[in-house]
Amino acid sequence: MPSLKDLKNRIASVKATQKITKAMKMVAAAKLRRAQEAAEAARPYSQRMGAVLANIAQTLGDDDSAPKLMTGTGKDDVHLLVVCTAERGLCGGFNSQIARAARDHARQLLRAGKTVKIFCVGKKGYDILRREFAPLIIEKKELRDVRKIGFENADAIGKRVIAMFEQGEFDVATLFYSEFKSVISQVPTALQLIPAAAPVAATADAGALYEYEPDAAAILNDLIPRNISVQIFRALLENVAGEMGAKMSAMDNASRNAGEMIHKLTLSYNRQRQAQITKELIEIISGAEAL
Amino acid sequence: MADNFNFELVSPERLLVSEQASEVVIPATEGEMTVMARHAPTMTTLKPGVVTVKSAAGKTAKYVVFGGFADISATGLTVLAESAVPATEFSTDALQARIDTARKELAAAQDHEKRNGIEEFLSELTQLHGAVIAG
Repeated sequence: MPSLKDLKNRIASVKATQKITKAMKMVAAAKLRRAQEAAEAARPYSQRMGAVLANIAQTLGDDDSAPKLMTGTGKDDVHLLVVCTAERGLCGGFNSQIARAARDHARQLLRAGKTVKIFCVGKKGYDILRREFAPLIIEKKELRDVRKIGFENADAIGKRVIAMFEQGEFDVATLFYSEFKSVISQVPTALQLIPAAAPVAATADAGALYEYEPDAAAILNDLIPRNISVQIFRALLENVAGEMGAKMSAMDNASRNAGEMIHKLTLSYNRQRQAQITKELIEIISGAEAL
Repeated sequence: MADNFNFELVSPERLLVSEQASEVVIPATEGEMTVMARHAPTMTTLKPGVVTVKSAAGKTAKYVVFGGFADISATGLTVLAESAVPATEFSTDALQARIDTARKELAAAQDHEKRNGIEEFLSELTQLHGAVIAG
């Protein structure tokens, strides 16, 4: 049985923890709003990019001149998994969910006799995947110092991936990130980056007669690498929003648990205090009676 | 009075401008190009340069862009810029930084084709640098 003083200390420490988790929840809520705004602001670009791509792809049709990034190398022996996770923990199952999706995919590929290479973006994913796939991780990128993810960050990753592809280090690249559905639900998603699937034109009249300057193939060559960077950028933004959402609900839970614990501890503290008072009274009374 | 059309300037981070314009000059790879209403549908890549927008109200605004695409369709002109800044907020330091990184890339580049590409990019940047300083 802990003493009264122990209980008092315990209550104080849980209260302090609750204050921290509450503050973290509020910070996450503010950051979530900003992350959502950033994701929304980035949407027009990727939409337009998709529309333009669809247009060109339609014009070119099944032309052989399509760049390799789009058609692939014709093999699928070596797979690159680009795993995007958060830099920090304390956000529930957010990081482990993404890592698990990547791990399942990697195991499946390994069983099928393929070679797997892993590119970790974010420290947490690296920490988790390192346990099982340490020799397969060929590169990791930390965005810890980045306060606000800009397009340059995504572009750097995209350029690196493309450079690896050009050196023939892999045949298929898949991007793992968490899609932001809502504050309480983030879905780990796998997206094939290379070979890029041509988006389907939304409207039938999109194939209007266009003039291309220089020519369609050259534009496509320029556009596809950019589109890869855009996809990565979008994934990173979704990830930030998801991380903050997950952190918010995790911290909310933690605050609630702390509240429950304080309630229980206070109850037993009061009970013990009362027992002690009763004990002292009995001692006095029985002392008086003995006289 | 010339007709107006819809002009949009989009960077990966956000939608910068969406307005009615009467005349837009874009730095296309094959030379500067003025887009007006009912321009033939064209798609072109951009080189680093200045986009000049004459809005429907007659005001002129300038934006510095670093490469990207322009999509001229029946509905209007959309410029997808890799990065875009209003010319008034543009500082030559950022440009200088880009020039420096390009120079470093050039020094590191091995194969010939890449070198050519970077050299071209570098000359475009330096040109832009001159244009910005000249105002």
